[in-house]
Amino acid sequence: MDYGFTTAAYVVAAVLFIQSLGGLSGQESAKRAVWYGIAGMALAIAATLMGLGGGALPVVIALVMLAAGAALGAYAAGKVQMTEMPQLVAAMHSLVGLAAVFIGFNGHIEMTSVAGMDDAARTALVGLFEQGKGGLAAIIAHKTPVELSILRVETFLGVFIGAVTFTGSVIAFGKLAGRVDGKAKKLPGGHVLNAGAALISLVLLVVYLQSGSTFALLGMTVAALFIGYHLIMGIGGADMPVVVSMLNSYSGWAAAAIGFSLSNDLLIVVGALVGSSGAILSYIMCKAMNRSFISVILGGFGGTTGPAMEVVGEQVAIDTEGVAALLNDADSVIIIPGYGMAVAQAQQSVSELTRKLRAAGKTVRFAIHPVAGRLPGHMNVLLAEAKVPYDIVMEMDEINEDFPTTDVAIVIGSNDIVNPAAQEDPNSPIAGMPVLECWKAKQVIVSKRGQGTGYSGIENPLFYKENTRMFYGDAKKSLDALLPMID
Amino acid sequence: MKIGALSEIFAGENRVAMTPDSALQLVKLGHVCVIQAGAGAKAGFSDALYAKAGVEVLPDAAAVIAAADVLVKVRGPEVAEAQALREGQTLISFFWPAQNPELLEIVKSRGATVVAMDMVPRISRAQKMDALSSMANIAGYRAVIEAGSNFGRFFTGQVTAAGKVPPAKVLVVGAGVAGLAAIGTSVSLGAIVHAFDVRPEVAEQIESMGASFVFLEFDASELPDGAATGGYAAPSSPAFAAKQLAKFRELAPEMDIVITTALIPGRPAPKLWTAEMVAAMKPGSVVVDLAAERGGNCDLTVPDQKIVSDNGVTIVGYTDFPSRMAAQASTLYSTNIRHMLTDLTPKKDGVIDHNMGDDVIRGATVAKAHEITFPPPPPKIAAIAVQKPKEKVKELTPEEKRAAETAAFKAQTRNQVGMLVVGGGLILLAGLYAPASFMSHFIVFVLSVYVGVQVIWNVSHSLHTPLMAVTNAISSIIILGALMQIGSGNWLVVILGALSVFMAGINIFGGFMVTRRMLAMFQKS
Repeated sequence: MDYGFTTAAYVVAAVLFIQSLGGLSGQESAKRAVWYGIAGMALAIAATLMGLGGGALPVVIALVMLAAGAALGAYAAGKVQMTEMPQLVAAMHSLVGLAAVFIGFNGHIEMTSVAGMDDAARTALVGLFEQGKGGLAAIIAHKTPVELSILRVETFLGVFIGAVTFTGSVIAFGKLAGRVDGKAKKLPGGHVLNAGAALISLVLLVVYLQSGSTFALLGMTVAALFIGYHLIMGIGGADMPVVVSMLNSYSGWAAAAIGFSLSNDLLIVVGALVGSSGAILSYIMCKAMNRSFISVILGGFGGTTGPAMEVVGEQVAIDTEGVAALLNDADSVIIIPGYGMAVAQAQQSVSELTRKLRAAGKTVRFAIHPVAGRLPGHMNVLLAEAKVPYDIVMEMDEINEDFPTTDVAIVIGSNDIVNPAAQEDPNSPIAGMPVLECWKAKQVIVSKRGQGTGYSGIENPLFYKENTRMFYGDAKKSLDALLPMID
Repeated sequence: MKIGALSEIFAGENRVAMTPDSALQLVKLGHVCVIQAGAGAKAGFSDALYAKAGVEVLPDAAAVIAAADVLVKVRGPEVAEAQALREGQTLISFFWPAQNPELLEIVKSRGATVVAMDMVPRISRAQKMDALSSMANIAGYRAVIEAGSNFGRFFTGQVTAAGKVPPAKVLVVGAGVAGLAAIGTSVSLGAIVHAFDVRPEVAEQIESMGASFVFLEFDASELPDGAATGGYAAPSSPAFAAKQLAKFRELAPEMDIVITTALIPGRPAPKLWTAEMVAAMKPGSVVVDLAAERGGNCDLTVPDQKIVSDNGVTIVGYTDFPSRMAAQASTLYSTNIRHMLTDLTPKKDGVIDHNMGDDVIRGATVAKAHEITFPPPPPKIAAIAVQKPKEKVKELTPEEKRAAETAAFKAQTRNQVGMLVVGGGLILLAGLYAPASFMSHFIVFVLSVYVGVQVIWNVSHSLHTPLMAVTNAISSIIILGALMQIGSGNWLVVILGALSVFMAGINIFGGFMVTRRMLAMFQKS
């Protein structure tokens, strides 16, 4: 198969990928769009395999490995719980990162071997390149010295981003799966260590450019692995939506950098698409927390400017009968789920409650804050899994104005995203963060395990409002006890 | 402990301090309930209902007083009742300790404890036991009903085949709990409601109930600080009072119904609706004076009576509005009592812990263990946060708005042009040094980022998780690199390449399959 055909296949694949992302603008078109992605991927792989020179062995190896990966991937995809999606996504990012490191190293090895060749062998390779054959070594042999230095930079960048993505994603996975302590932790020295490691990498880049030394590349890899580990260790649990989308973005940029080093336009296109997608998600998440990207990455909340407003009043508890009476009397209900719902695995009970209330002719809707949960859009997926129809699941901007006309707002396992201090107390650490204004509803029911503060440790005046009733207990158990009383 | 409810002996009092429902709740606290026979009859709760709720019905007051450790009542005790209290017994009822010093002395000498429901501090934590508010709420509602039954016209305006009916105009003076309840009731009946209060901070509450606030032109310094007096109104300065009366005089001829609720703690009710204003009103109009018990806000009010003025204005001066709705009032009052007992029984084990360290309990307790504990020390928490002067948002003139828009547009243009110049310059600079082969890839890269940004902005927020999964799958396009390398002659390259293919394979299949699984879940209702 000649070079022109492969390129043509790549163009078609790129268009299919763009279509596949564009289709995600609506729930129905998304179901079609995912097939575009699959077709694009199949086309790209098939074209590459057909363009591969060097006999049947490489194709066989590739197909065997691909089949093994496919089996494992399909198994994981079929088994994963929807509450475990954040972990799965993080784990998958780490694979892309590690693959980028390996491929970068391979590029380096090829470069070294080509550099070590004599003129005759090199001319032979150049000849192969002109026929569109000979693989990577031929491409490298064809390059001028300037192009070679650029290639080194590209390889170096690909390995660097890949390594950061790899350890970062592994740590993010550990935190999300609860295998690593979710709290923000830093080694003594904090961000100076990260800056130091980044500086070392920069120095090694210069060394690598001059000499092409394998040790420089290895040294940088170690430094990058450390940066990935330490950076994510320093970020706390509730900032995970930003972290995961950031790692998503990095895995894209790593692919793009590798694409440059291999002179493969499809890799560049897809890498850029994925990179910008992750970057936009990070931006949306940061906007929703009213924090800058830098402050999230550097960890910790912004400094307070004065003492926080004193919270007066008390938390008034309510029992199951009371909640049932309120809900039976209400005409309109808005449910605000948060990470606590996922932890308690209460989405099925929430869905059943929704079904019963809707069957009784009440308006029930869901209000989703952009950073609810541990992954962008996490709540939507959980509710979808529990068969809550997506057209009653609203975004914050769509529903925030409807709270004053709502009878009952039910807060299930969310805290900071419904904290009125963000609007009322200019000294609050979350001042200015857009929040769901559930306290404007006639009655608010907060389902919560106990009287503690949320992830951020910020006192939530919502719990002390006159129209708030605290429904203590495990969300799933409380809701299951509530269900028979709803008629 | 045994909680006993007594019949009210005050003439015309229909309420009762314990209902079958509240008794059930008290039993949950570990208490035992007894009630005097017939105590709830006038409020619509028969002895049989009490017995069904597990309350022991005792034949007379003496038996209840003898049996109970805690007595609950609505009205304060008569002298005879106070003298019947025994050492260590607790009485929970209205008491008005400031007006009844002699009763206080009797209770002190008997060694009984008195929790006065009228002394519950006005802090948010104590709202659930604020019986004054719950009774005022009823009074406000009933005032409108009384006004309506004495008013010969509709509240709501109607256009009927028989002609047009104008809506009634209601003025509510004093927007405390009773006033707000009166506003709410009148508004829901369809009247046009105006309301006045000396505390400008309640204007917002008045407007939220659907009435319009009657504004006075005055200097802020003339005003008493509402927050300093625990949320109650304070006497106003003479200058202010004069302006207020002038305003009322202006409103009087237009108003069909006037409901006055102005009270100042510890003082006779201020005279706000003078005889001259009544004279200015239209015949058939109604004045309901909720302050009648304290002398009335209207000059002509006769407490406990309904009179008609010379010009045909009905003036209602009843003092027993809550008692006129005994069933509702008893339900709310008994709930207030029940909340008080909940606070007095913190462990829910039926043992009263009279904790004088608690602001609410301390405030409400007026006598305990041969001592008078009235007046209480000021509560630690202020009832209402001190009002901060609100910063006015400046209304922009059209010119200013246009200027601001132009400035914003210019700034945006500057930003965009600046970024384009810098970005373009950098790319041009790179082009000067980089070889053509690099630049051709670079163009692809920049355009892809552009396309990516445009496409991703349109992705629905609810599909962000599928988006991440699908980008994950397609970022495994990195597999192409591995495939290109796998044909290399170097064994290390082959191994690393094969591993990369394996990992990317996991990602491709895992990513696409999990995305499909997720998307299949999204169902429309």
